[in-house]
Amino acid sequence: MAEAHPVGFQWAMEAKARGAKIFHVDPRFTRTSALASAHVPIRAGTDIAFLGGIVNYILRNELDFREYVIAYTNAATIVSEDFRDTEELDGLFSGYDAEKTSYDQQSWQYQGQEEAGRRDTVTERETAAGLGYESHGPPISGQARRDETLQHPRCVYQILKRHYARYTPEMVERVCGIAREKFEEVARAWTENSGRDRTTMLVYSVGWTQHTVGVQYIRTGAIIQLLLGNVGRPGGGVLALRGHASIQGSTDIPTLFDLLPGYLPKPHHASHPTFDEWVDSIRRPGQKGFWGNARSYAVNLLKAYWGDAATPENDFCYGYLPRMTGDHGHYQTVFDMIDGKVKGYFLVGQNPAVGSAHGRAQRRGLANLDWLVVRDLFMIESATFWKDGPEVETGELAPDRCRTEVFFLPAASHVEKEGTFTQTQRLVQWREKAVEPPGDCRSELWFFYHLGRIIRQKLAASPSPRDQAVLDLTWDYPTSGPHDEPCAEAVLREINGYEVATGRPLSSFTEMTADGATAGGCWIYCGVFADGVNQAARRKPGREQSWVAPEWGWAWPANRRLLYNRASADPQGRPWSERKRYVWWDEESGEWTGHDVPDFEKTKPPSYRPPDGATGVAALAGDDPFIMQGDGKGWLFAPTGVLDGPLPTHYEPAESPVRNPLYDQQASPARKTYQRPDNPINPSPPGPHSQVFPYVFTTARLTEHHTAGGMSRTVRYLAELQPEMFVEVSPELAVQLGLTHLGWAHVVTARAVIEARVLVTDRLSPLRVEGRVIHQVWLPYHYGGTGLVRGESVNDLFGAVLDPHVLIQESKVGTCDIRPGRRPTGPALLDFLADYRRRAGITDGPYPPIVTTDGSTNREA
Amino acid sequence: MVDSIHPSGAVDPARQVGYPDPPPRMGFFTDTSLCIGCKACEVACKEWNLVPGSGLDLLGMSYDNTGALTANSWRHVAFVEQPRPVGWQITAPFAETPTGPPVSPATAEVAAGAGSDSGTRPGVPPGPDPAPAGAMADGSQFLGMPGTDLPGRRDRDARSDMRWLMMSDVCKHCTHAACLDVCPTGSLFRTEYGTVVIQEDICNGCGYCIPACPYGVIDQRRGDGRAWKCTLCYDRLKAGKTPACAQACPTESIQYGRLDDLRERAQRRLEELHAAEVPEARLYGHDSNDGVGGNGAFFLLLDEPEVYGLPPDPVVTTRDLPRMWRRAAVAALTMAGAALAAFVWRTS
Repeated sequence: MAEAHPVGFQWAMEAKARGAKIFHVDPRFTRTSALASAHVPIRAGTDIAFLGGIVNYILRNELDFREYVIAYTNAATIVSEDFRDTEELDGLFSGYDAEKTSYDQQSWQYQGQEEAGRRDTVTERETAAGLGYESHGPPISGQARRDETLQHPRCVYQILKRHYARYTPEMVERVCGIAREKFEEVARAWTENSGRDRTTMLVYSVGWTQHTVGVQYIRTGAIIQLLLGNVGRPGGGVLALRGHASIQGSTDIPTLFDLLPGYLPKPHHASHPTFDEWVDSIRRPGQKGFWGNARSYAVNLLKAYWGDAATPENDFCYGYLPRMTGDHGHYQTVFDMIDGKVKGYFLVGQNPAVGSAHGRAQRRGLANLDWLVVRDLFMIESATFWKDGPEVETGELAPDRCRTEVFFLPAASHVEKEGTFTQTQRLVQWREKAVEPPGDCRSELWFFYHLGRIIRQKLAASPSPRDQAVLDLTWDYPTSGPHDEPCAEAVLREINGYEVATGRPLSSFTEMTADGATAGGCWIYCGVFADGVNQAARRKPGREQSWVAPEWGWAWPANRRLLYNRASADPQGRPWSERKRYVWWDEESGEWTGHDVPDFEKTKPPSYRPPDGATGVAALAGDDPFIMQGDGKGWLFAPTGVLDGPLPTHYEPAESPVRNPLYDQQASPARKTYQRPDNPINPSPPGPHSQVFPYVFTTARLTEHHTAGGMSRTVRYLAELQPEMFVEVSPELAVQLGLTHLGWAHVVTARAVIEARVLVTDRLSPLRVEGRVIHQVWLPYHYGGTGLVRGESVNDLFGAVLDPHVLIQESKVGTCDIRPGRRPTGPALLDFLADYRRRAGITDGPYPPIVTTDGSTNREA
Repeated sequence: MVDSIHPSGAVDPARQVGYPDPPPRMGFFTDTSLCIGCKACEVACKEWNLVPGSGLDLLGMSYDNTGALTANSWRHVAFVEQPRPVGWQITAPFAETPTGPPVSPATAEVAAGAGSDSGTRPGVPPGPDPAPAGAMADGSQFLGMPGTDLPGRRDRDARSDMRWLMMSDVCKHCTHAACLDVCPTGSLFRTEYGTVVIQEDICNGCGYCIPACPYGVIDQRRGDGRAWKCTLCYDRLKAGKTPACAQACPTESIQYGRLDDLRERAQRRLEELHAAEVPEARLYGHDSNDGVGGNGAFFLLLDEPEVYGLPPDPVVTTRDLPRMWRRAAVAALTMAGAALAAFVWRTS
């Protein structure tokens, strides 16, 4: 956190000054570790084993916050008797289809609801369907059988207990390389600092998501926080530190292939042929919770897109919405480029030639287009790959024969344009323009507005029905200035929503109607322009308002600073403790009140129980705080919505030198793979040849640079602070390999070899795992071939293996070989890599098997 | 002159140089126990003061690629890696891992041999003798190069502790500033805030101030040879603003304010840290009775000053000048007398 989020880390330092203990779990000792109460070095890719150990510690010692757990989680819910755990099936859950490498989820359902699990999980993986759950839970029927004594053998609590029973401190030591005492220190501190009077916060950064089991990492953290009562309460939660400014904003108003604004899933051509079918797939008739109003949210979006053309008679132009046909994710698109299926490409503020995994595939894809538009602040590698990429040196790419026509358009920086940032707390903050962009630099808003305007002009006379979708768009933002800059506030106003007849801005998404009388571009942002005032621009200093500071910016939804804050009060609506008082039921006035906007129906008393047959919001009881979940509960066990198991399970990374000590199933059985000769994967146990790549490597950021370096390697004052690509190695590995401080080394995988200067440092230590010494090395991922300071790109070393939910690549752990000195150059480099692949047995396939258990082996605990 | 170079308790340097009613003395308190090594201070300083870039060389001195305070780097974050505990750690980072002996002293020696072209003199030249850097990194238990035993096979000399000290260094704005004493042009002057500033349009590049500084802060740009260093953002102070580095510091490791207040705050912070079982915390440059009469920019350190590359007992280098001048004067008089006597004797 101190490394990549130094400004946010001030609050961790403030908490420390007030007595908080900071535990830092990381493969290497970083600037965060330097300030932490304890640094816990961990083997990269084993976080579920570590956190599962904490779950086991909590359950074995009965340290859960029982009243919270019974009332607010699904611990008491009874699961189908068809369910089988990984303990019984050696690392697989029931319902696994080895051919599809995917699960049938019927046996994971709550008892009596098995039918609800009949879903096309293969398509869900192809379309990153899990992303749609960022603002709300997946569908589940509200009425489920519960045993609040938690004794029923098939209640979630007992299943959880059995699932993690072998995640003992000894097992954590074997898998993660973390000494027992150290593990127990963390477990003790976490549990002792949670409960009625105290809360503990779990903070993770984007690296956590870049694993084949990344979603399950986060779920394990959420399970712990739910068991300890740390969700929906001040000082608790699972905090995602995002990778850039407004990454939260770019999922809310998404730059993703599978989502529309406000987490409405993009329709699939086969599954959602009609508007009603699409809407019902979101709102799930009969379900509890706020998604019952999904039709209004969808209608408002379509009205915002197509204005007067969108009418109830034509389903509000639903037919105009683009449909998904399968996986259109980043990696599929790159492979499609290589295969010649993609003709043109826009790159806006992204540098995949350096920043994306499998850099070689990225560049080969970019080199096989008809045209490429790059909009960036600086001339980045993704715009110059055709003349100076690594493939030019090896002779694989000839600049005079590269077919891609590259258009580089200079972009305005964040201080040169107005707009908003949405940060990780969902806080939307307006940004003024400080200076005019220089020269030809223009904002994204300018670019896309005028691009759309010109396209519409060119199509104006088109008789083709397919062009009507473009011609019917509302495309009328006011512009000003010498360059006709569109007004960003007008866009925010449209996002907020308005009454069509009067133009009056809406104050809350509850005002949105399904009949076309209102229009709004993103239902969760409704209220950001309440009363015609840009609420995101509010800047009242913290000292002039309550400690929650509700008048600084605006948070979605409804300016709530803490989601699910109903959970900060007990089932009867009283604060759990004075110290942690936040939102509570005021009996006298008959409403919820507190320091924050209550995340609950304002006048629904804690004693409310839904009548039989109630659906939607009315089906939520007065003590169901998780109002976007189908059953109003926090999910310890996820009957649906996750594709690789209802409970997080330790699988080894797709590339690992270690055989999974817990199960025969080595790696995630549902991981997304691209089995192509140009995407070779290093061998792992139980297959042969894993010793060819015996070391573990992981990557991260340096404080001094930003992501793929386009904004820092190009800036003198930043570039000079970390002027060269390097690899950090422990003294022990340095001795073993003959690496010297400030000397050179090259790092090799089946995909690539890169060279870097060596920093031998005491901040890295080898770990003892399963009786073996495992060496981990670390490299920053900021370097590429252009800019003031240059270096080889570590993302070239990774292949593309993805998490099945969100199609994010495993780029925080891999296996490699390391050699002293500089790498071979020119065509010799290709022979060098071919020789590695030959020794690893992957010259022309085979691809590592997905399933590594035959179900017959019993492994000792 | 005599007063200003003979420490005699707290003095107000601004009043001393003749400001009749100066504003309170302003300064920096840099609390290294809060530093996260982000280097925002280095960048903010350069941005505000239009300081040129320095070298693009990897120095290998942990994450320090600036190397030193130079004419082109007026803030410098030092990074010290050592296999030693720090008070707030409740457990040793690498306990029970298969480690061998530490490498920090050896890498510090290698790094001491690396130089950087900062575009300044003396700048960041390679160290002539790496041994002191190693000894500094090692503290009391220098073990030399890492052993050649296979890791995991030895239980002696296993490293388990680790600390990473970070400290943003800056001109100390001494109460008794030798640079000021030796400046022949008056380019270096004492401001009304008690800070010490070089006027770029007056400096003639003579370089006398460079050896005069007991901390090695001052440095010359190559080319015209003018000396440059921290001005404590004199222009920002004039406008009632916080200096750029303190403004940019995310963790309030760099605090700016009235020196009296800062000293009180530092004392309280020291007591807090001592109570919180960080006994190694100590103040540096806060004492108005030290060899420079105390600093306008002082520090809270987590070890001996030498660990950070600071002189343990800095003395204003012009302290002995009056005495030397008196002796020189006596000698000169004697000479003159002798010469005169000789002349008289000869002519008589």
